[in-house]
Amino acid sequence: MKVTLKIWRQPDSASQGAMHTYEVDQVSEDMSFLEMLDVLNEQLNTQGEDPVAFDSDCREGICGMCGLMINGQAHGPEVTTTCQLHMRSFKDGDEIVVEPWRSDAFPVLKDLVVDRGALDRMIQAGGFISVNTGSAPEAHSVPVPRDDAVRAFNAAACIGCGACVAACPNGSASLFLGAKITHLGELPQGQPERHSRVVDMVAQHDHEGFGGCTNIGECTAACPKEIPLDVISQLNRDLRVAMAHGH
Amino acid sequence: MASSLDPSHSTATNQPSVQVSDDAQGYYVPGEPLVDPRTPAGPIQDRWTTRKFENRLVNPANRRKLSVIIVGTGLAGGAAAATLGEAGYNVKSFCYQDSPRRAHSIAAQGGINAAKNYKEDGDSTFRLFYDTVKGGDYRARESNVYRLAEVSANIIDQCVAQGVPFAREYGGLLDNRSFGGVQVSRTFYARGQTGQQLLIGAYQAMERQVAAGTVEEFTRHEMLELIVADGRARGIIARNMVTGEIETHLADVVVLASGGYGNVFYLSTNAMGSNVTATWRAHRKGAYFANPCYTQIHPTCIPVAGTHQSKLTLMSESLRNDGRIWVPKNKADCDKDPRQIPEADRDYYLERIYPSFGNLVPRDIASRGAKNVCDEGRGVGPEVDGVRRGVYLDFSASIERLGEDAVREKYGNLFDMYQQITGENPYEVPMRIYPAVHYTMGGLWVDYDLQASIPGLFVTGEANFSDHGANRLGASALMQGLADGYFVLPNTIREYLADGPFEPIPEEHPAVVEAKKSVEDRVAHFLSTNGTRSVDSYHRELGNIMWEYCGMERTEDGLKKAIDLIRSLREDFWRNVKVLGTADSLNQSLEKAGRVADFFELGELMCVDALNRRESCGGHFRAESQTEDGEALRHDDQFAYVAAWEFGGDGALPVLHKEDLVYTAIEMKQRSYK
Amino acid sequence: MAVSGLLFIAFVLLHMYGNLKAFAGHDSYNTYAEHLRTFGEPILPREGLLWILRLGLIAALALHLYSALALWHRSGKARTSKYVVKKNLGSSFSSRTMRWGGVTLLLFVVWHLIHFTIVKVNPDGGATNDPYNLVVDSFQVWWMTIIYLVAMAALGLHLHHGTWSSLQTLGWTSTAAARTRAKIAGWVVAIVIAGGFSLVPLFVLFGVID
Repeated sequence: MKVTLKIWRQPDSASQGAMHTYEVDQVSEDMSFLEMLDVLNEQLNTQGEDPVAFDSDCREGICGMCGLMINGQAHGPEVTTTCQLHMRSFKDGDEIVVEPWRSDAFPVLKDLVVDRGALDRMIQAGGFISVNTGSAPEAHSVPVPRDDAVRAFNAAACIGCGACVAACPNGSASLFLGAKITHLGELPQGQPERHSRVVDMVAQHDHEGFGGCTNIGECTAACPKEIPLDVISQLNRDLRVAMAHGH
Repeated sequence: MASSLDPSHSTATNQPSVQVSDDAQGYYVPGEPLVDPRTPAGPIQDRWTTRKFENRLVNPANRRKLSVIIVGTGLAGGAAAATLGEAGYNVKSFCYQDSPRRAHSIAAQGGINAAKNYKEDGDSTFRLFYDTVKGGDYRARESNVYRLAEVSANIIDQCVAQGVPFAREYGGLLDNRSFGGVQVSRTFYARGQTGQQLLIGAYQAMERQVAAGTVEEFTRHEMLELIVADGRARGIIARNMVTGEIETHLADVVVLASGGYGNVFYLSTNAMGSNVTATWRAHRKGAYFANPCYTQIHPTCIPVAGTHQSKLTLMSESLRNDGRIWVPKNKADCDKDPRQIPEADRDYYLERIYPSFGNLVPRDIASRGAKNVCDEGRGVGPEVDGVRRGVYLDFSASIERLGEDAVREKYGNLFDMYQQITGENPYEVPMRIYPAVHYTMGGLWVDYDLQASIPGLFVTGEANFSDHGANRLGASALMQGLADGYFVLPNTIREYLADGPFEPIPEEHPAVVEAKKSVEDRVAHFLSTNGTRSVDSYHRELGNIMWEYCGMERTEDGLKKAIDLIRSLREDFWRNVKVLGTADSLNQSLEKAGRVADFFELGELMCVDALNRRESCGGHFRAESQTEDGEALRHDDQFAYVAAWEFGGDGALPVLHKEDLVYTAIEMKQRSYK
Repeated sequence: MAVSGLLFIAFVLLHMYGNLKAFAGHDSYNTYAEHLRTFGEPILPREGLLWILRLGLIAALALHLYSALALWHRSGKARTSKYVVKKNLGSSFSSRTMRWGGVTLLLFVVWHLIHFTIVKVNPDGGATNDPYNLVVDSFQVWWMTIIYLVAMAALGLHLHHGTWSSLQTLGWTSTAAARTRAKIAGWVVAIVIAGGFSLVPLFVLFGVID
């Protein structure tokens, strides 16, 4: 099949960008979306035009490196990562608009590549359990109720791709934040730092320039790992309790 | 097992091997035998404890004056950065991804082994050690493997304390499963995302140190050269992948934790960016490369759909527990709907050839079986380059026997993944699978302390060669990465750092100037070639050569042919590659060009190593060395050694150093799966 | 935002309850209105309770407005370059109309206060000092009723998302059951309040109340 691509091109973060139109022929429905872009790039290389820069690494939906806004949807029309989106989700003759994640906290570095360092800095602010190597007690010394372990796992499934931020009309990273708060907060090991963690991470979130959450729910609809919205409720509850405790 | 052995484990159970064949004659230069200078003595169970005591300590006040460069942020690199940061060293951590959390350790599905014996099913440190050496076909160092088994239990404690959400039973205790045909349940897991959860644990520990100021992270930075000054590894040259700046980073010690080199095959289960450049540049600077030919090929991957394919996706091997593998008996049936092919016209070839193990034969046998039937022209699925490369993995019998719900319960997520990628419903149509390169056991040679043959260069995780021998057991890669990063390296590197801080070297030092210039020259070369072919097209062609001749089955003639093909393709690459864009911006073609250039050199060395090793062991199968039934045949009398290759210089032959493998705690045995 | 919002919900619930007195007839309604002014006497002065409520509402409004503007400002800064194409998938219409819906409600409240409290406008030209008659005279004018119905639609939308959202913001929706309850609460509050307020104007317009 043949598709028309409208792709955001921007040489670097200091320059202005614009949409460019390309046509890609002989697209097979078994191709992943990124493999279709590989074909485009091979074509551009032959024509002497700079290939389109986009991020991807594992291409099996777990590393979180890829992420494109495809026809106005983060990661495109399926609930999955961009690398696991296949061209069978499109039709012959489709026009596909491809844009980078748009968030001032994620500056565009080139074309479709953005800088998501803000997410790392939020983890640095408190997204961990402080335990030095070698100081851990025997693993079975603290049983964890299975339901808590399952809920922690569901939140820990976050891959840090940034789709929640990209999809949120407010540009908020609350789903990412809530996922980490819930993951660590559900576990007994995470209790000692529970209050300081949420306060510090929220402060860093706001400092990075992400928007505030208005509980709209676009984030969870875009999340390729289907992190539920209740992690944001957990985040809010933990923040309320922490503030009540004088943090 | 070891009952008849000397209990003090000081008597060797095998004689040093003497190689008779010399297939690689003319492709290498024999070198001096290699002895690990740090190999410990005494009873095997005391060796690590003794070494930890012998290694000197570094005064806490001195640690902040010592700097460590760590390349790679996977389990081995991330864990090491966190641990050394906690100890108070100055750590600089590098990764090519946009965040340390994206390293490819994240993609490991199955689990992590540890000798906790929570199931009281007879597991022990010794049994994990024994299984690992045996699984590696007796081509690993026993001291290293024993240490790995010994620290495995500590890893689980550490990860649980960090908040890794391992699977738990209703009583709240950790669940275990048996994995990869092992008879004890020692594998800890977090659904099918164990690698992700362990890596996030290490990443968070590392980010905590970033906040504490002991670790500085350099994301989107790629190491392109090692700086060796006055005989010691003292730093790296890295390219800032956003600005294109070529940066010099100096330190007292350099740690490479840059992963494996499976992407030399172009198609593999590795990430797109996984590459050999860091270790290869170190190899060119004097670090020996050990056993490069040992390649693990995983039998249950989703087949190639077309020439556009950019990577392969692995599905858990557990699928073979309930799926039956077959191909049509007649070539004419290969393009038919499999459901229309009657039972009598199906060839369940693994069940036919290996009646006792059937579909559960080890990975390499299952993989080779699939290759053989496809080479015969009986493969199924789409034709790519004229061959159908795929075999059926059929669940219809299981669905009939257990019901669709039971099968969904067990394999639902894998079936969903398969359907998402192929667009076929495996509940109705048999799955198609084909082997793919998954892990490389070879890597930079290191001593017991994980130090390479260049002083001050340490190598951890998949990047080194040390623990898996010729083949790696399932759920052991995560174990080794974390063992090296959390527990081994931090205890061995202090012996080296106790002599530091070393005299600071200025940026005008000839070694720094030379390293930086060589990187700049290479970048300038790629951008000025103005050729006609893209980097990817060369990479794909190199991958095809490697897969065809240095893949699942290797022969003397094939390997020699491959070496010729690689040499001429490489020459063409340097003359005719087309890299657009500029040096001072984000340029993904330029990044790939450098990686592919190194893959060419590595690919050739892999072929030479495979050519020299005229035996079949683990992830290396030489057609000339098999039993009458087509099973792998080892030659312990000739090849019970580590092949450590020294770079001979551009255009010169590599030099082979052999390190004899001597066992004291166990005896070598030939395997049989009939 | 959540706390001031919940105060408003409590207020509009009471307000609506009071309005329904119109169904009890002229005297009942006016007695209720008068009682609001004398409530708490003699401890409180005349209209004391009303002024306490008014001050409380003004404070809540200030807080609500401030939070809304701050959030609006933040979200504007968080994405200064817009998408060329952007689809909405997970969000309700009500959640996406909170801001402009809120502005509409603010304008309405200003008009509503002019209409019934500060200036007291009788479109019929009749007396304005009889609350019941003022209501009836007003809603007998069709466009007056339309203005109120539109405002009630905006209020319903605002409450539909606002109720759920305030519960979520306060962290009371961490379980699946709690989430379902909060969503249901959003519907119930929206329908009961917007519907309840709409009854009087509609019944006046159609002549049931006169």
